[in-house]
Amino acid sequence: MERDFPIWQVLNEEGTVVQPEYRERITKELTMVMYRHLIRTRTFDRKCVSLQRQGRIGTYVPYEGQEACQVGSALALNDEDWMFPTYRDHGAMMTFGRSLVNTLLYWKGRTEGCVPPKGKKIVPPSVPIATQLPHAAGAACAEKWKGTKNAVIVYFGDGATSEGDFHEGLNFASVFNAPVVFFNQNNQYAISVPITRQMRSKTIAQKALAYDIPGVRIDGNDVFAVYFQTAEALERARHGGGPTLIEAVTWRYGAHTTSDDPSRYRDQEESKKRRETTDPIKRVERLMQREGWWNEQWANQVQEEVNAEIEQAVAEMERYPKANASDMFDYVFAEPTWTIAEQKEAYLHWKRVMEG
Amino acid sequence: MSVKVSTKSLTLVQAVNDALRIMLKERDDVVLLGEDVGRNGGVFRATDGLLQEFGEERVIDTPLSEAGFTGAAIGMALNGFRPVVEIQFLGFIYPAYEQIMTHAARMRSRTRGHFTVPLVIRAPYGAGVRAPEIHSDSTEALFTHMPGVKVVCPSSPYDAKGLLIAAIEDPDPVLFLEPMRNYRAFREDVPEGKYTVDIGKGKKLREGEDVTVIAWGAMVPVAMKAAEAAAKKGIDADVIDLRTLYPLDKDMIAESVQKTGRTVIVQEAHATGGLANDILAVINDTSFFYQKAPAERVTGFDVPVPFFAHEDDYLPTPARVLHAIEKVMNDS
Repeated sequence: MERDFPIWQVLNEEGTVVQPEYRERITKELTMVMYRHLIRTRTFDRKCVSLQRQGRIGTYVPYEGQEACQVGSALALNDEDWMFPTYRDHGAMMTFGRSLVNTLLYWKGRTEGCVPPKGKKIVPPSVPIATQLPHAAGAACAEKWKGTKNAVIVYFGDGATSEGDFHEGLNFASVFNAPVVFFNQNNQYAISVPITRQMRSKTIAQKALAYDIPGVRIDGNDVFAVYFQTAEALERARHGGGPTLIEAVTWRYGAHTTSDDPSRYRDQEESKKRRETTDPIKRVERLMQREGWWNEQWANQVQEEVNAEIEQAVAEMERYPKANASDMFDYVFAEPTWTIAEQKEAYLHWKRVMEG
Repeated sequence: MSVKVSTKSLTLVQAVNDALRIMLKERDDVVLLGEDVGRNGGVFRATDGLLQEFGEERVIDTPLSEAGFTGAAIGMALNGFRPVVEIQFLGFIYPAYEQIMTHAARMRSRTRGHFTVPLVIRAPYGAGVRAPEIHSDSTEALFTHMPGVKVVCPSSPYDAKGLLIAAIEDPDPVLFLEPMRNYRAFREDVPEGKYTVDIGKGKKLREGEDVTVIAWGAMVPVAMKAAEAAAKKGIDADVIDLRTLYPLDKDMIAESVQKTGRTVIVQEAHATGGLANDILAVINDTSFFYQKAPAERVTGFDVPVPFFAHEDDYLPTPARVLHAIEKVMNDS
């Protein structure tokens, strides 16, 4: 099966374009856009880990190492498309248009973080594993019934493929030929459990055979492979070609969350080695150097602009007024039930009395 | 001047069908999904004829996957549709429990109203029809405990139609429980056109001064039989059909209990953690000092809903309810 589903690359580790037919499409402009988003998502992620360590946000889920998966796939979307992410996909969400402030607010435990920008169909991250796959299938059916050309992307990890909802989501989408791209980030670990404990199959892409849909296995650290294959899958979906399963093989350098200690279950040398060899940003730098597009001053400027944007977002997050207790009661139903109305009134009254 | 409303005589399951037909006709965003709901018209025929009338894009036979099609329906609801899913029997809803609990119930809350899930989940429930194992559960309390979902349970054709239309029009998820024992038990004259019954409002089936009897769904006919038997003994019962299980009709419960001071609650489900306990809490909070006797609960037992050879022993009967009525009348 590994032979039937080889890992497809456009840009190899050395930054060489290995698919001649894509050569023309890898322009300097596109590469610069990719680079900027990659730097932005990585810098943001590192900032969040540091904010968590300082107690300025809550438990945080880092994605460092997986930026190419998230940036490449999100840039392939049209504005009108839907995104169903997991809790590790805020890199994709921010690339697609979710603000940095809202992303920070989410990790600060605020529901404001789940509200997408106006017009953007970014559903809040699914925390239970694989449960968002059926949602994506259903939202995609709805687009089809409305007669639009909009498509849906849904993200999930390797562990999610062991869940029943993985099967139910893919099966539903396949039966109804729904315009949805199932984007798997195979980072090879579900917290501590390696992929060999999730499945005996050698690839995730091969699972597409069971649903009679295209299955594509790509290098998830190659932002161009991700971008082109996601764009092709979305294009197929928009024109009645139904769902696609994409397996993007990648690696998370760090912990599952800031509460996790990966040294308990894997050799940290592996991550170190991968940072030097397969890193998604390094290989874009290598491409740019190879092509003569690299400009140190420009790269520094990108980094500075990104730093400033992030610092501004952090400041805005920290200026946010304290969470209002009544918010907790106000959005459960369109109209509160008497139980919620009574509980809210009694609690707020008690709180006012206690706080003087 | 009175306006004559034309009616037709329907069973409860026909009333469900009528409500679905009216809403499919009125709103393009209503779609039905579930196992065997299309060609077969549902195993109870609740969706009979709807595929033929509205086509397979509106009345959709899905893969056998309660979590999958409930999850897909959540996605459709997020994207502008009003799906009505059928869980073939309430005892098969558990794979979908996660979808309802972790997504449908809290999407509005976690997005501050940006995304909403106007979804109706229909499920026949309850014992008493000699069904195979697992086909007879009445686990409404698993859902009344779930914040963000309304739970409705009609006992009559009129209420089934009006409440189902109200549920489809409701902007939030509604679990719609259909007592399968009442599906074809009796007919009622039901108005032909569209009407709604308010979610959250009970119905007084019988006015009495001596004792309040509270029931819902399949237990309503049981409670009524007991009330009639009590009347022959000179005990005049006030009988409430709750119709909605969350949110409860607190005012109707309080008004009745404050009048009678004596209460019997009839619940088909297991006793512990059941809805009857929440009704007791409403009575405690609103009417504690009006009570003349401790309230009685007549319930199923804390055992798995048994094989049908035992179901007559498991289910509350008019005789057990009458016994409880006499007990609260004799306590003082």
